Amino acid sequence: MDDATLPVEAGAAQPRLEAQDKPHHEDRDVPRLEARDISMRFGKVVALENAHMAAHAGEVTCLLGDNGAGKSTLIKVLAGVHPPTEGACLLDGEAVHFLSPREALNRGIATVYQDLAMVPLMSVWRNFFLGSEPTTGRGPFRRIDVGRCREETHTQLTAMGIELRDPDQPVGSLSGGERQAVAIARALHFGARVLILDEPTAALGLRQSERVLEHVRHAADRGVAVVFVTHTPHHAHPVGDRFVVLRRGRVVANEPREALPVEKLAALMSGE
Amino acid sequence: MSRRASGSFTRTFLGPGAAAAVGAILIWLLFAGAAGSAFRSMAGTASYLNAAAPLGILAVGVALLMIGGEFDLSVGSIVGVSGMSVMLLTTELGWSVWPAIAGTVVLCLLIGFLNGLTVVRTQLPSFIVTLATLFILRGLTIAAARGFTSRTQLGGLDDISGYEIARAVLGSAPVGGLRISIVWWLGCAALATWVLLRTPWGNWIFAAGGQPEAARNVGVRIGRVKIGLFMTNALCACLVGIIQAVRFSGADALRGQLQEFYAIIAVVIGGTLLTGGYGTIVGAVIGALIFGMVRQGIVMSGIDADWFQVFLGGMLLLAVFVNRTVLVRAQRAS
Ligand SMILES: Nc1ncnc2c1ncn2[C@@H]1O[C@H](COP(=O)(O)OP(=O)(O)OP(=O)(O)O)[C@@H](O)[C@H]1O
Ligand SMILES: [Mg+2]
Repeated sequence: MDDATLPVEAGAAQPRLEAQDKPHHEDRDVPRLEARDISMRFGKVVALENAHMAAHAGEVTCLLGDNGAGKSTLIKVLAGVHPPTEGACLLDGEAVHFLSPREALNRGIATVYQDLAMVPLMSVWRNFFLGSEPTTGRGPFRRIDVGRCREETHTQLTAMGIELRDPDQPVGSLSGGERQAVAIARALHFGARVLILDEPTAALGLRQSERVLEHVRHAADRGVAVVFVTHTPHHAHPVGDRFVVLRRGRVVANEPREALPVEKLAALMSGE
Repeated sequence: MSRRASGSFTRTFLGPGAAAAVGAILIWLLFAGAAGSAFRSMAGTASYLNAAAPLGILAVGVALLMIGGEFDLSVGSIVGVSGMSVMLLTTELGWSVWPAIAGTVVLCLLIGFLNGLTVVRTQLPSFIVTLATLFILRGLTIAAARGFTSRTQLGGLDDISGYEIARAVLGSAPVGGLRISIVWWLGCAALATWVLLRTPWGNWIFAAGGQPEAARNVGVRIGRVKIGLFMTNALCACLVGIIQAVRFSGADALRGQLQEFYAIIAVVIGGTLLTGGYGTIVGAVIGALIFGMVRQGIVMSGIDADWFQVFLGGMLLLAVFVNRTVLVRAQRAS
């Protein structure tokens, strides 16, 4: 697949400039989220060794690597699932020690895991608001504002170009790409400042991958710091601003897009 | 294409609950024919509704729990604990009826809490944990009854102060032979339906059974939800035990045996998935209704009561088969 076939490519330059114009001038050099010298050991298994990466506002930072390279482990450290064995995470330049995904989420770090983003048997709107249900009424009569949930879900998904027949349809009836889009829309709606996506295109066909990549780009253009995990260089290259390549737990490359043509990226991943 | 697929998906999805309703109508027709006017009369109707009510109350708690992805095999034993607790607190410790009921409710909530905490903390299957509590609680109930009174059947609640009001509220049959337990049954079902469909807790219950990891990732505290469900379930069992103690003015340490299975059967017949994440309270109500109709209908038709169990087992198999079809469809779609 040639990366020029991805529609994201053409329009990407324009909004990226816009994102840079946003009023973050004094913070330009401070990454939104940074992993500094992270080592992670599970008993004797060394999953990460002095890994370093940074995600900037308005940029897509791609995290690449072969199976077992440590990609998921690194983002789980960022998302507060595992406290690292060594090293620290910095949010807006300030060290943070999350003890649970909830804490990370409260600080604006939203993570979309490939298989575990949605509850397939539940309706789209129930999934969309799961864990943050808007309510009306007081005391014992406090209840979900179902009308608002349905409406909001519809509006948010329409904005992402997804025409829902019915917000009451179960998420299991959506395509894989649509499900990723719902998860991304949800994260943005709840004010994510960092959006971490673990292999959102892994199980998808070409057409659906393209749509998801558009959403990834779109999220960054709204000023979110996006961390995009994949082991497909052809998916990463058209949307990425910076590429971090992991191999057996170590960072072997950390380069801006200009420095890394897609062939070189692929070669780096497989180990030259 | 996805539009058509999702349409048929939704339709199959409404299937099981609707299937139970159709089943209930067919069973009514069957016994209306086989047992004649005895079944169709007011007295006949009251008899199967009265039989369905206690099981229906249990089924409400069991359905919530099953939708949340867990089982509780100890409900029958909690019924026994609850009735015996009311009797011992009143006849042995000299409490009057209402404080004894309040104490019993607290005791049952504690049991539910411990069931839930054990399941959540150990991450063992709730099937095993509550199979253990089934025996522990039953054994304790019998031991407590014997220890205090050297009997396992106690009576005389009607001599205790507060009994008259308790009887009116919990054990009476105000109109046409219909017991007030039917009101409790439908009240519990209505409340549970509201919680399930209209409150954040309901959302978390579906998620806890459907995909707990996904729910945790968006910050839902699944452990709390599950513990809450075990407590709710214990509360339903407690209510049944208290209603029966008041109604019979006494308790039997063996009361409630096998009810855990009947309740699970009613819930499954009502279309709730054994694996959790999908189900309705209305379905559980219909499941309990079917149970009541079959139990009384067989007797009224003059069929040997042994056939009841055969019938029940057969319906369970049929229901599980229908449910599995739904699950396969759901997974194919996802
Ligand atoms: N909880 C855990 N306990 C023990 N070892 C683990 C654990 N999580 C990950 N590992 C190990 O850490 C290493 C890195 O795994 P990780 O899942 O981060 O790789 P990945 O780059 O995400 O791979 P994939 O592309 O297959 O998703 C692997 O060797 C894995 O077996
Ligand atoms: Mg991974």
